Amino acid sequence: MAMLRAGDVGVLLAGGGLVVGLTVFAWGGPRGDTAVIRAAGQIVKTTALNHAQRFSVDGPLGATQIEIEPGRARVAADPSPRQLCVKQGWLTQSGQAALCLPNQVSLEIRGRTSVYDTLGY
Amino acid sequence: MTRSAIELPVTADDRRIARLAALAIGLSLAEAAIPSPVPGVKPGLANIVVLLVLLQFGWRAAAWVSTLRVLAGGLLLGSLFTPGFWLSAAGALASLAVLALARHLPERYFGPVSLSVLAAFGHIGGQLALAGWWLLPAAALLKLLPVFAAAALVFGAVNGVIVARLLAGPTPSGRQSASCLPPSTP
Repeated sequence: MAMLRAGDVGVLLAGGGLVVGLTVFAWGGPRGDTAVIRAAGQIVKTTALNHAQRFSVDGPLGATQIEIEPGRARVAADPSPRQLCVKQGWLTQSGQAALCLPNQVSLEIRGRTSVYDTLGY
Repeated sequence: MTRSAIELPVTADDRRIARLAALAIGLSLAEAAIPSPVPGVKPGLANIVVLLVLLQFGWRAAAWVSTLRVLAGGLLLGSLFTPGFWLSAAGALASLAVLALARHLPERYFGPVSLSVLAAFGHIGGQLALAGWWLLPAAALLKLLPVFAAAALVFGAVNGVIVARLLAGPTPSGRQSASCLPPSTP
């Protein structure tokens, strides 16, 4: 019986794929460690992504719920009609941002190194 | 005079499992002496024995050998019931669970290398699951995932090749002659 059978090669390739996938997943891009929340262009809260918390930010349409968890943050709920910022889901990497435009609230992730010098919305 | 001694009947199976478990324990101890840059990244030499037992004597025997190896290894290394011991136990259990499924793969296509790699991923998966749930915040572990997975792939493949060679059996000339023979039962 051959040392390596057809399925073995498949298993090895799948394992290699898994390793590559995990590498991209875990090390792909700088991970953010701070969330910056703005309302109407003004920073209303800056918080580290190290413990779970949930708070709301008021905008013209109502309250936007921001949820923070270790290593990630998201807009949990927003009164905006199209829900784009909610649908973006969890943000983890430095430079990512979720904008709730009608409500003028934004959530931006920042890391130790800034990916962009500035972002104009 | 009363007979107070409890006699436990010992079968040939018991002796064989004890012998193989001793072999696995020996490899575990030898391995503990090898320094490793990342805690938890080990060749897993004892898994060679577990795989050999699985392929020759079935899953039950392999489960016994693996469990005894974890327990006695913990005793001998002085790590019994420490976090490291529980990580080892979680890895061994997950690995056995994976092997219980993987051994039903068609033997024609999936040899010892497949089983070994899958068991290695099971091992590291079980350990990381317990570590992430119990010992370390998940965010820190996430960074090490690729390292653990790569180690599982490499050591799993190497151990699998060793198992395949051991199963092929040594020949007097010292060369593998299995391929020269007409196909025989594995």
